[in-house]
Amino acid sequence: MNCFVGIDLGSTITKAVILDEAGEVLGRGITNSRSNYDLAAEVARTEAFVTARFGLLRKEVEKAAGGAMLDRLLRAFRTEQTLVQLDRLQHHIDAEVVSTVAGPLQQPVTEVIDEIFRRLRQEEEDWFAGRTEGTRSDFFRDHVGSGWARLSEELGPPVDVSFDLLLSLYDKCIIKVENEPLELGFQDHIDAALARIGDVEGVDAVRLGVERARDAELVEVATIGTGYGRARLPFAKEQIRSEILCHGLGAHRMFPNTRTVLDIGGQDTKAIQVDGRGIVTSFQMNDRCAAGCGRYLGYIADEMNIGLHELGPLAQRSSRRVKINSTCTVFAGAELRERLSLGEQREDILAGLHRAVILRAMSLLARSGGVDDEFTFTGGVARNPAAVAALEELVAENYGDRTLNISPSSIYTGALGAAIFAMRAAEEGRGVAGTGTRQEA
Amino acid sequence: MTTERPRTRADIVDTARRLYEDLEFTAVREWLAADPDRKAVGCLPVYVPREVVWAAGVLPVGIHGGGDRLEIIRGDAYYQSYICHLPRSVVELGLSGRLDMLSGMLFPSTCDVIRNLSGMWQILRPEVYVRYVDVPQVEHPATGLEFWKGELSTIYRDMCAIAGTEPSDEALWAAIDDYDRVRDVIGRLYALRRDEPWKVPTEELYLVMRAGEVLPPPDFVDLATAYLEACHAEPLRRRDNTRVIVVGSFCEQPPLGLIKTIERAGCYIVGDDFLLGNRMITRPPERGGDPVEALAHALLFHHQPSSVMYEPDPDAKEVTIKKMVDAARADGVIFAAASFCDPALLDRPMLRAGAEAHGIPCIAFKFSENTGQFQQFREQAGTFSDSIKLWGGA
Amino acid sequence: MAPTTKEEVKVQKDRSMILQKEMIAGHFERLEKAPETGEKVVYTFVPGNLTELIRSFGALPLLPEINALQSGMRGKSKGYIAEAERNGHSEDVCTYVKCDIGMLRSGNIGPTGTRLPKPDLLLLSYTGCYTFMKWFELLREEYDCPTVFLHVPYQGDGTLLPEHRAYVVKQLRETIIPALEQVTGRPYDEDLLRENLARSAQAEDDLVAVLHSAKNRPSPIDSYFGGVYYVGPIFSAFRGTPEGVDYYRALRQEVEARVAAKQGPLTPVGRLDDQKYRLVVEGPPNWTSFREFWKMFAEEGAVVVASTYTKVGGTYDFGFRHDPSDPLGTLADYCGGCYTNHNLPGRIEMLERYVKEYEADGFIINSVKSCNSFSAGQLMILREVERRTGIPGGFVESDLVDPRYFSAANIKNRLESYLQMIEARRAGGATSSEALGRLA
Ligand code: SF4
Ligand code: SF4
Repeated sequence: MNCFVGIDLGSTITKAVILDEAGEVLGRGITNSRSNYDLAAEVARTEAFVTARFGLLRKEVEKAAGGAMLDRLLRAFRTEQTLVQLDRLQHHIDAEVVSTVAGPLQQPVTEVIDEIFRRLRQEEEDWFAGRTEGTRSDFFRDHVGSGWARLSEELGPPVDVSFDLLLSLYDKCIIKVENEPLELGFQDHIDAALARIGDVEGVDAVRLGVERARDAELVEVATIGTGYGRARLPFAKEQIRSEILCHGLGAHRMFPNTRTVLDIGGQDTKAIQVDGRGIVTSFQMNDRCAAGCGRYLGYIADEMNIGLHELGPLAQRSSRRVKINSTCTVFAGAELRERLSLGEQREDILAGLHRAVILRAMSLLARSGGVDDEFTFTGGVARNPAAVAALEELVAENYGDRTLNISPSSIYTGALGAAIFAMRAAEEGRGVAGTGTRQEA
Repeated sequence: MTTERPRTRADIVDTARRLYEDLEFTAVREWLAADPDRKAVGCLPVYVPREVVWAAGVLPVGIHGGGDRLEIIRGDAYYQSYICHLPRSVVELGLSGRLDMLSGMLFPSTCDVIRNLSGMWQILRPEVYVRYVDVPQVEHPATGLEFWKGELSTIYRDMCAIAGTEPSDEALWAAIDDYDRVRDVIGRLYALRRDEPWKVPTEELYLVMRAGEVLPPPDFVDLATAYLEACHAEPLRRRDNTRVIVVGSFCEQPPLGLIKTIERAGCYIVGDDFLLGNRMITRPPERGGDPVEALAHALLFHHQPSSVMYEPDPDAKEVTIKKMVDAARADGVIFAAASFCDPALLDRPMLRAGAEAHGIPCIAFKFSENTGQFQQFREQAGTFSDSIKLWGGA
Repeated sequence: MAPTTKEEVKVQKDRSMILQKEMIAGHFERLEKAPETGEKVVYTFVPGNLTELIRSFGALPLLPEINALQSGMRGKSKGYIAEAERNGHSEDVCTYVKCDIGMLRSGNIGPTGTRLPKPDLLLLSYTGCYTFMKWFELLREEYDCPTVFLHVPYQGDGTLLPEHRAYVVKQLRETIIPALEQVTGRPYDEDLLRENLARSAQAEDDLVAVLHSAKNRPSPIDSYFGGVYYVGPIFSAFRGTPEGVDYYRALRQEVEARVAAKQGPLTPVGRLDDQKYRLVVEGPPNWTSFREFWKMFAEEGAVVVASTYTKVGGTYDFGFRHDPSDPLGTLADYCGGCYTNHNLPGRIEMLERYVKEYEADGFIINSVKSCNSFSAGQLMILREVERRTGIPGGFVESDLVDPRYFSAANIKNRLESYLQMIEARRAGGATSSEALGRLA
C-alpha cells in the first residue's frame, strides 16, 4: 500500500502522521524533540508506522479476537520497547559511573543503580499486568524519569549516595539514549510481545493477523516535513512546507468548515485564515515577545509549583477574576507574587492570567482578519479548559456566534497537513518522496 | 453629573473620580444631549489650542487613553510590541464606539505615533473630522507666528463649520477668558500644592485635573475652585515627606496607582507634567488686537518647556530641570516616562545630565498606562525618599 | 537562477557600485580634510536635505543617518549603541541616534575609516520624524556651533498645502539662508542654486527610469536591497553635483543593458534571472544583517520591484523633479514630499499603486523597532493594502542597526511561510479556475 508521511518537528515535540491511499489516517507517532532532529523525526516516523500496523491488525482481527486482546498486545509491545531502552540506559549509566564517579564511591553507586533498574523493570512488568494506577506519559524520558527521581530519593541517601548525583547521571544518559538509533519498530518487538501475552484463547487469530500486518507492504511514497525545526530536517527544499500552511490544511482536514485557526503552542501563537480548500489566505504570528504563549502558563505553573494541566481547572474555580494587564514572561513571577501578597486568591489570579493570554491571541486574530465561522483551536493551550472558556467568551463578545472546534488529536494538526501535502505532491507527480522505499515492518 | 456644587473634599474627589473612571464619557454625552445642536471634538495630548474649539461652541474633550481600566483587544491588533500603550487604548476606545459622540478629532504634533494615528483615524472613521495639528516648532515672529496664526484660523473655521456657528472675535475672546480662568485655577492649585503639599494630595489633584478634560471650562472652574476651597478648609495631616517633581509623563498618563505609590513611598509631588497641555501657555494671551494673534503669540513665546517642542536655546535643556526644581522647591526629580516614549526618553539623558550637574538627586523609571504592579516603583521611590532625607541627596 | 559560484559572486560588482564607492570615499576624505581646507561642514538629515542649497554655499553636507547605517553594515553599531546606553540612553529609543552618539563618544571615526569633522552648522530640516529634532538637540550638547531649524509641515491632509509651502519658503529665505551665509561667509547665489537644481533634475530623471525598469520581467533591479544603493548618492551628498549626474547616467545605462538582455539583478546568491515572486516592500531595511536578509529573499527567487524606503530622501517616481525656475519653492515641495512626510492614507495609496503598477505577487512590511515614524500604523497599512489589492501582506520585524533585534530564524520562518502561502494561493487559484473552465 502506498502511504504518505507528514512530520512536524516542533520545538518541544515531534509528530508524524501517515495517510493511506484514500487519504485516511493510518498511523500517528509522537516523541519529544531532541538535539538530533533527524533522529526525533525518525522516532516519530517509526512510531507512526507502529501504530499504522497495529491499525491494520485491528481492522483484520478485532472481530475475531476482541479489542481487549489487542489492547493487551499493544501494551506488551510498549513494555518490550521500554525494556530495550532501559537496557540502553543502564549501559550508558554504568559506563558513566566508571568514568566519572570517584573510586570509593563507585561500589555503593552501582549497587543503588542496579536496584533502581531492577525496580524500574519490575514496575514495567506491573504496568503491563495492569497493576499500576493512573496514566503515564507516552515519552520514555518522562515516565522513566519520574520513576528514576522517586527511586533515587528512596534508595540513594540512606547509603550516602546523593540524590543529585543520581539525577545528574540520569540527565546525562537519557540524552545519549535519545540520540542513538534504537530498534523500536513493529517487527523488532512484535514477536516478543506475542510471546508475552502467552497462549491465551484467541491468540491464534491474532497471530495470523500479526503475520499479515507485518507483511503488509507500506511504501512511503512521499514525505513532507514542517514545524519550527523544519529547516534542520535532512530534507530537500521541495520536501519542506511552512507550519502555517500545514496547520491550515490540517485544521481544514479535521474540520472542513474551518475558516479561522488559532494555534497556541509553547513558543508561539499563530492566527491563520483559510479558504474553503484549506489554503491559507492570511496569517499572523506573535512578534519577538513571547508574552501570552503557552510558555507563560508554564512559568506560572512552575511558580505555583503545580502541574501545567492543573492550571486550567484551578482557574475555573474562580468566582472573582482579577484583572491582569501584562503577560510578560519576564515579570510573570513578580506579578504573581505581588498579587498573592495583596491577598488575592490563587484561582482568581489564574483566571485573570488565562484571560490575559487569550486577549493576546485575540489581537493576533484581529490582525489576521478576525474570527470567521468555523473556528478551530489547536496547540497545547487548547487542552486547557480555562483558556478555552476565556476564548469562547471573548469570541462571542467580539464576533458573535462561532462554532468552536477542538480536536483531541489537535497536536497532530501540522503533521496531518504535511501528510496531505505529501499526498498531493505525489499525485502531481512531484518527486518529494525522499525514500520511496518499502517501509520495513 | 450633579449640577449643584459639591461641598466636601471627599465629595469633590468622588465626583472627579467617577468622571475619570467613566470610559463611556457619560458627562460629555449628557452635555451633548442637553442641546441637539451641541458638538464635541476629541483632543489628543499634549497641546491642542482648545480656545478655538470652545469659541466655536464645540466642547474639547481630552482623550488620554484608557488607563488600566480598559481591556485591549482591537487596539493591540494595530500596534507592535515596541510602541507605547497610549495609541492602543485610543484605538480601542474608538473602535468600541466609546468615542462615537465626537464630531472630530484633533491630533497634535506630539510625536510620530500620534501623528500617524491621525491618518489611521481618517481611515477608521471616515465620517469624522480629523485634523493633524502641526504645532509650530520655530519661535520666529515672521515665520512661526504667521504659520500658527494660519493654523489657528483654519481650525477655528473648521470648528465653526462643525458647530454651525459664525466665527467672531467676541467668541474667541470669550473662550480665551474661559481658559484664562481655567489656567488661573490650575495655577492656584499647583501653587498651593507646592506651598503646602499636605493639603493637596496629588492623587486628588490629578483626578480634579482629569475632570477638566471632559467638563466644559466653566464647570471645571467651579469644581476646581470648590476643591481649592475644600483644601483650605479641610487640611490633612502634615508628613515628613520628601519633595519631588515628576517629569516625563506629559503624554501617556501614569496609572493612578503609580501616583499613589510615589506618594505613599514618602514623596510629596510638588511639580509634575501630567496633562501638561492644560497649562502649556504660561501667560494669559494679551488683550486688545487680534485674538488669534494673541493666542499664537502666547504659545510661541510663553510656553512651558516640554520634550515635544523644539528648544532653540542650546543651554536651556541643562537648566530646565534646575529651574523646575527651584520653582517647586523640590529635593529631587523622578523621571517617569512611558515605555517606548521617544520624546520623553530621548530628552531624559539631557535633562538628567542637567540635574546631575546641579547636584539634584534623581531616579528614573518607565511605566505604561496599564501597569498593574507597583512593587518596584514603591521600592525605588521609597529608597530615594529615604536617601534624600538622610543625606540630603543621592 | 544563474549558475554562479560563490567566488564569482564575490567579485561580481556592478560598475555603478564601484563608482559609488569611489564617490563616497572621496567625499569622506574631503570631509576629513575640511578643518585644514577651511571647507565648512553642515550636518543635516536625509529626509528633506537641502544639498543643492548647502553646496551652493560651497559647504559639505554630512548625514548622521548614513554614518549610522554604515556603522550597522560594518558591525560597529552594537558597540556604539551599548556605549550610548551606558550613558543613560534608553533601550527603547531609535538606534540610529544611539549609534551616532556612541560613534561620537568612541572617537568619531566615520564609515570609511576617516575622522569626521565637527559641524560648522547643524541644519535641522525636519521632515517626517520628530526624532531628528531630539537628535540634534542631543548633538548640540557635544558641539559648539549654531543650530538652525527648518519646520516642514506634515501632509496631514494628503498634500503640502499652499500656505505650508509658503511657510517653508519663508523659513528658507529668512532663517536658513542667512544662517548659511553667516557660517560660510558667502552670499546666497541663486544662480548657483539653479545650476545645482538643474543637475538634480537630470539625475532624478535617470533614477526614475531605473526605478521604473522594475516593471520589466525579469526585473533588472531589486528595488529594495539593490535600491538602497541606487538612491545612496541622491539621498546624501551628491544631489545636484556633476558626480551625481554621471553616476545616474551610468546606472541607467547599466540597467537598460540588463533589460535588453533580459537579466535580473545581482544578489547575494548570484544573478537573479529566475524570479518566482515579485514583491513590494514597506519599511527600512535591517543594516546589521543586510546581506543575510537579502539572501533570504533571493534564495526563494523573490525580487523586490518597488519599495517605499527608497523614497524617504525624496519621492520622484510620481513626477516631482527639482525645478530650477522656482528654486526655493521646489525645495519646499521636495521636503514636503519625502515619504515619511506623507500621511498614512497617502502611504497606503502609494503601496497600493506599487502593487498594481508593478504587478506584484505580494508585499512585505519590515517593521523596525527603532522608527515610530515608519512603524506606528504599519499594521493598519498592512490591512488596508490587503483589502484594496486583494493580496495578503507579509509582516516581519527587525531593527535598523541594533543586532539584538534581528532574529534570523524568526524572519526566515515568516518569510518562507509567506512566500509558500503566495505559492499555494497561486496554485489553488489555478486549480479552481481550471475547474470553472471545465464546468463551462
Ligand atoms: S507616550 Fe510618547 S511615544 Fe507615545 S504617543 Fe505619547 S509622546 Fe508619543
Ligand atoms: S525614528 Fe526613524 S526616521 Fe526618525 S531618526 Fe530614527 S530611524 Fe530615522
